Amino acid sequence: MRLEYTGPQKRFRLEVREWLAAHVPKATLPSFDTEVGFAEHRAWEASLAQGRFSAVTWPEAFGGRGCGLIEWLIFEEEYWRSSAPLRVNQNGIFLLAPTLMEFGTEAQKQRFLPKMATGEEIWAQGWSEPGAGSDMAAIRCTAQRDGDHYVINGQKTWSTRAVWADWLFGLFRSEPGSQRHHGLTFVLLPLKLPGITIRPIKQLNGLAGFAEIFFDNVRVPVENRLGDEGAGWNIAMATAGFERGLMLRSPGRFQQTAKLLVKLYQQNRERADADPAIRDAVMRSWMGAEAYTLATYRTACRLNKGAKIGAEASTNKIFWSELDLLMHETAMQILGPQGELMARSPEPADPGNGYSWLDGFLFSQAGPIYAGTNEIQRNIIAERMLGLPRA
Amino acid sequence: MDFTFAEQQIAFRDAVRKFLIIEAAPEMLREIWETKSGRSRELRCKLADQGLTAISVPETYGGIGLGDLDWILLQVELGYYAIPDSLSDTAYLASWLLEHLPADLALKREWLPRIAAGTARIAVGHPVNLLVADAELADLILLWHDDEIHGVTASDVKLTPQVSIDASRRLYAIEWSPSARTRLCSAKQGAGLWQQVLNRGALALAAQLLGLAQRMVDLGVDYAAQRKQFGKPVGAFQAVKHQLADVAVKIEFTKPVLFRAAYAVDRDLDDAAIQVSHAKLAAGDAARLAARNALQAHGAMGYTWEADLQMFMKRAWALDAAWGDRGFHKQRVADAIFADGAELGPGSTFN
Ligand SMILES: Cc1cc2nc3c(=O)[nH]c(=O)nc-3n(C[C@H](O)[C@H](O)[C@H](O)COP(=O)(O)OP(=O)(O)OC[C@H]3O[C@@H](n4cnc5c(N)ncnc54)[C@H](O)[C@@H]3O)c2cc1C
Repeated sequence: MRLEYTGPQKRFRLEVREWLAAHVPKATLPSFDTEVGFAEHRAWEASLAQGRFSAVTWPEAFGGRGCGLIEWLIFEEEYWRSSAPLRVNQNGIFLLAPTLMEFGTEAQKQRFLPKMATGEEIWAQGWSEPGAGSDMAAIRCTAQRDGDHYVINGQKTWSTRAVWADWLFGLFRSEPGSQRHHGLTFVLLPLKLPGITIRPIKQLNGLAGFAEIFFDNVRVPVENRLGDEGAGWNIAMATAGFERGLMLRSPGRFQQTAKLLVKLYQQNRERADADPAIRDAVMRSWMGAEAYTLATYRTACRLNKGAKIGAEASTNKIFWSELDLLMHETAMQILGPQGELMARSPEPADPGNGYSWLDGFLFSQAGPIYAGTNEIQRNIIAERMLGLPRA
Repeated sequence: MDFTFAEQQIAFRDAVRKFLIIEAAPEMLREIWETKSGRSRELRCKLADQGLTAISVPETYGGIGLGDLDWILLQVELGYYAIPDSLSDTAYLASWLLEHLPADLALKREWLPRIAAGTARIAVGHPVNLLVADAELADLILLWHDDEIHGVTASDVKLTPQVSIDASRRLYAIEWSPSARTRLCSAKQGAGLWQQVLNRGALALAAQLLGLAQRMVDLGVDYAAQRKQFGKPVGAFQAVKHQLADVAVKIEFTKPVLFRAAYAVDRDLDDAAIQVSHAKLAAGDAARLAARNALQAHGAMGYTWEADLQMFMKRAWALDAAWGDRGFHKQRVADAIFADGAELGPGSTFN
């Protein structure tokens, strides 16, 4: 065990820090769940790519730096520390890309990764359907083979950022009459094709953060299939694994929130200390963020030594989503009657990134739901990690 | 950056685990704990054969000369198998303290080889603890007096036993008079040593609490997989599953905190105290939740003397408040994070 950075890692941190200090937009961008904000966040992705910082772990050929996981964590820490904008192409870069690298053909990698790195193509995910939420194997959307095309019909829903995104990856039933996780195929498709209708859905904050997508005989070339026909379930599980495991929520995010929460508490001691539970919650927040960071480093080091992430990845999802709730509920308590106000609170009470404590509080309510609800994660932990009998 | 243990450290842990499964089976521990002393000379000899008493003792005194990081995985096992305080207090805490006493070579020559051989028990009385564990059987008792370090034997002092709900514990109130004869170290040098002993005492218990939490989850899982109601194992019911899964989450996120704390103590880093307190708090949380939820999974059986769960549960409750209770450790964390100019946030973890 050696918990120190190497010289090159320390220099990398400084390089990232300096670059971000020079390039992070001074004015906060409008939310990427608005048309203008989406465009501005896309432009930010392009400028990140110019600095070769949009996907540091990717091979250089695709626009990355070939960095290891520790460098990735360093980059993320600096990123959150700098209050840079949220990543509008997160679904592409952190979830689809690792899957593409594992299951994609060379041609697919060449075709998709560079444009993902520059933000030219922003990705949305299409798993959920009206009848397939937690029970994803209940997918009914079909992809019927017709020569060298799939013809897609049906409906996806809750697709994050699909209102303005360019591409969608998701699972479709390619074998008529197949059941559950059999006969599903992983397809990549442009959202601007004829036959696609996108209906924005307003989230708690009133913005169209996700959308329903209707497919009416949408023709997609067979080369847009990822992996084999009918093998989509396992590939999707790999994506879900990356998501839960490491890449979806890097620790820097929670450490930054914890740090700002400590600050918020210290600036409002008079009100906050009227309820002694608040101080305790602030401390638990800091300890939680620290624990999450340590756990992520430990996982990264274990992966570097060839270990695989198993069902214990499900503990991650529960831990960070509950931590996020704790931190934001605590912030709202400290803000007291100011908490409900939509106007941004005066600096430095707000976390930055154009994000207010209220925005964060609302979004923290979604954490235990998306990426597999926490109840589903508990089922996985109980059955696959602890070995309890299936229901 | 390498946040993993060396193969040797894992191998040592595995060997100790294999040994304890057999030698510290619950029915054997129950038998030992029912005796007056609560300790078994035979088990101590076997533990010594495994090298467990010699870990900290320098090679020049007949030991193995390993450090806190080598100890930490073993301490988790000591928790998992509910090995009473005397072993860790002697072989980890007292051994460290004696080795680090300024100069007194005769004392080191007298005690360190005996610790390594498993033929001495040493108790440590730190003011953070109300009572002194295993004082009566101890060949030597190391005591705090205004930051000085004193060494006495059981015959020099008046011991009044205090019975704990944890049948493995042997706790004593101690009345004694410090004198020049008993003094081993001045307050000036003792203050720092006591501080380090406190950190090691709390670190050891954090590890043991983590082991206890894991043991209680395992007992809960075993029971819930066997006990049938409504025609199926109760462990198939989600309400039971989710309670045990919640403990698994706490355990998973205590491990790295504990291991980092051990690293900080081993390397004598500036922030060792706060890392230890964080680890103790996290492990205590995990163990208390494990106790509650494993008991619930057992139904009425969990409320009995007969089910083994009680042995581990009571130990967890007791150790949670030993070597600094929650208030004590929270205060140390608070002092660090609420200090002016405290370095918090992304990038601060390993600096
Ligand atoms: C902010 C946000 C962004 C999202 N983005 C996307 C996206 O980009 N793409 C996409 O495809 N989807 C997305 N989703 C959808 C998300 O994946 C689903 O909401 C999630 O899988 C749960 O499905 P559901 O909403 O239908 O809830 P349901 O499955 O209907 O669940 C309702 C409740 O029942 C519980 N429950 C269900 N089954 C079980 C069970 N077996 N055991 C115990 N409890 C159970 C659930 O835990 C939950 O509490 C997003 C959701 C949110 C909130």
